[in-house]
Amino acid sequence: MTGTFMGMPAFPEAAREAVGDGALRANLRRATHTIRDKRARAVAELADWDRLRAAGKAVKDHTLRHLDRYLLRLEESVTAAGGTVHWAADADEANRIVTGLVLATGHREVVKVKSMATQEIGLNEALEAAGIAAYETDLAELIVQLGHDRPSHILVPAIHRNRAEIRDIFEAEMGSWGLPAPDGLGDDPRELAEAARLHLREKFLRAKVGVCGANFMVAETGTMVVFESEGNGRMCLTLPETLISVVGIEKVVPTFRDLEIFLQTLPRSSTAERMNPYTTMWTGLGPSRGADGDGPSAFHLVLLDNGRTDTLADAVGRQALRCIRCSACLNVCPVYERAGGHAYGSVYPGPIGAILSPQLRGTGSEIDASLPYASTLCGACYEVCPVAIDIPEVLVHLRERVAQGGPVTREGIRVRIRPAHGHTAERAAMRAARLLLDHPGALRAGERLLARARRLRPRRLPGPGRAWTDTRDLPEPPPQPFRDWWARERGGRA
Amino acid sequence: MSSRDRILGRIRRAVADGAPDPAIPRDYLPVHGTRTPAETADLLAAHLSEYRAKVHRTDEDGLAPLLMRLLAERGARTVLVPPGLPPNWLAGADATRVHDRAASTLYELDAVDSVVTGCALAIAETGTIVLDGGPGQGRRRITLIPDHHICVVRVPDQVVDSVPQALPLLDPTRPLTWISGPSATSDIELDRVEGVHGPRTLEVVLLTGPAE
Repeated sequence: MTGTFMGMPAFPEAAREAVGDGALRANLRRATHTIRDKRARAVAELADWDRLRAAGKAVKDHTLRHLDRYLLRLEESVTAAGGTVHWAADADEANRIVTGLVLATGHREVVKVKSMATQEIGLNEALEAAGIAAYETDLAELIVQLGHDRPSHILVPAIHRNRAEIRDIFEAEMGSWGLPAPDGLGDDPRELAEAARLHLREKFLRAKVGVCGANFMVAETGTMVVFESEGNGRMCLTLPETLISVVGIEKVVPTFRDLEIFLQTLPRSSTAERMNPYTTMWTGLGPSRGADGDGPSAFHLVLLDNGRTDTLADAVGRQALRCIRCSACLNVCPVYERAGGHAYGSVYPGPIGAILSPQLRGTGSEIDASLPYASTLCGACYEVCPVAIDIPEVLVHLRERVAQGGPVTREGIRVRIRPAHGHTAERAAMRAARLLLDHPGALRAGERLLARARRLRPRRLPGPGRAWTDTRDLPEPPPQPFRDWWARERGGRA
Repeated sequence: MSSRDRILGRIRRAVADGAPDPAIPRDYLPVHGTRTPAETADLLAAHLSEYRAKVHRTDEDGLAPLLMRLLAERGARTVLVPPGLPPNWLAGADATRVHDRAASTLYELDAVDSVVTGCALAIAETGTIVLDGGPGQGRRRITLIPDHHICVVRVPDQVVDSVPQALPLLDPTRPLTWISGPSATSDIELDRVEGVHGPRTLEVVLLTGPAE
């Protein structure tokens, strides 16, 4: 991953700042609670929810187990239907491919459907560097783009903005990108949506190149699936002459029938609706080969690895690749609710981001090493996940990796990483503990000394221990060691 | 080595640890409830209405007058007509017919007031109509650009209860558009607003009686 989020402070610093922002916390709290209550009702409608969840998990695990086979099948199906398939090992390669494809059309503007994969690789920045303007057309992404901001939620990227802020952004920025905001624009969501409609419609009707991701790709048929609500997706998928999809390799499912599971679980988990307003499915260029004006006349699929095969190589962490990006885990997370999406320093915020980003990017940076700790391990994210990703399990697994190092796969190569910087105190403590536990005499002497000196207990630890006592009280030592108590009370009877 | 070979090689090495290969359980329900055809149609109507689509019911004799009235109420002066639309549907309409042609520019379509189509099928449990470009539906863009879409669904022939019932009836090689209510956004403080880029008004006509 590149671009926007690099150079972010580690999670604890970013979160501390976000938690101090009262307006942000109020926006987030209202939004997450609204959607989480609605979602619970939508899910309760389906008596077989647990079975759908188990089936979705199994489809994804089975596909991952045979990912090579299903990707080859997908390539074959898409090609047979008139599309062209490209393979990109990392972000740079994907950006080069897309930039090259756009330049080859002779056009210098693209309209974009909201896509996590293109954000992950920093495609907009790469296109801009090549002199190509990329217009985000999802309302929330438009708000983020016009506000020179970063998305903070998977589903509702501008969740951190309220209507007054959005009005101000539209008024100040729309004019420099195209049609300016109407005079006297108010802050009613209806008025704001209308302003976005007018602003974007001229771009849709003019655009010759569309860029999108996909929620699912069907290996058997080569069918691509995009879920959306506003119709901007349909616009970008239908009107341009050239369509380029950048999709993570984990988005493939084996059969068209498999969609029956996710068509039921994804909308209910993400927008809490029985079904999202629009779902578009297309297979290559279709039977008409785009010759009758029904959809693009050229279709390119860029299959993106960018850390996914490395994630697949981790037996515990690979379950993160089951994610269908519904964002339900964000909305139930007590940490996300208070810290907001920006604190995670990644396009994937919240609980799923805390396990996905450090796997896709590695734990080398300070922010990535801090993400596995951005959780209380309360387990709400696991409960709510429609493909049953055990996020707490992966968090603990990644914490172990950060603190102790160990074998990981990076760019396809098995390497052993060292413990992340900043965990020296923890390791020193563990070494000391091991020493003491291996020497019972020393342990006993130490415990007695501690009990006698309990009145001298400091409130805060000095040195590297201070970070720990910044947010916790130092426990009071017992008046006598447990072993002494045991020897006196039960010693004779044992 | 090509990136294709590199990625495939990495995948093969990654799962060489004998990753579990679960069978896919299909014990989820094919349908959520037992309904008569009339109840299924009612459920479709209720769910579409909940998404703020306007639902009407009529029979063969009432269809042309109903469509005439809906277009007139809207003040539609032009109406897009897909090639396979039964001609008698719009027999009474005053609006000028604009035929769906590959040569039409997007700006021409943007100037049209309304579009009338049939559908491939409709799903009651989710309140969804599905278009597949078949006769009476036309190209994907004609139900997208005009601001007013009237979709006629034959009841009970074209209505299924659930998503698992719908997929086997659809041909994935055709372009499929699933529509559940009018275009909507919840991006501003999660307030649902109908009408962003797609048609702001969706009217669904449940047409009782057998197919011609």
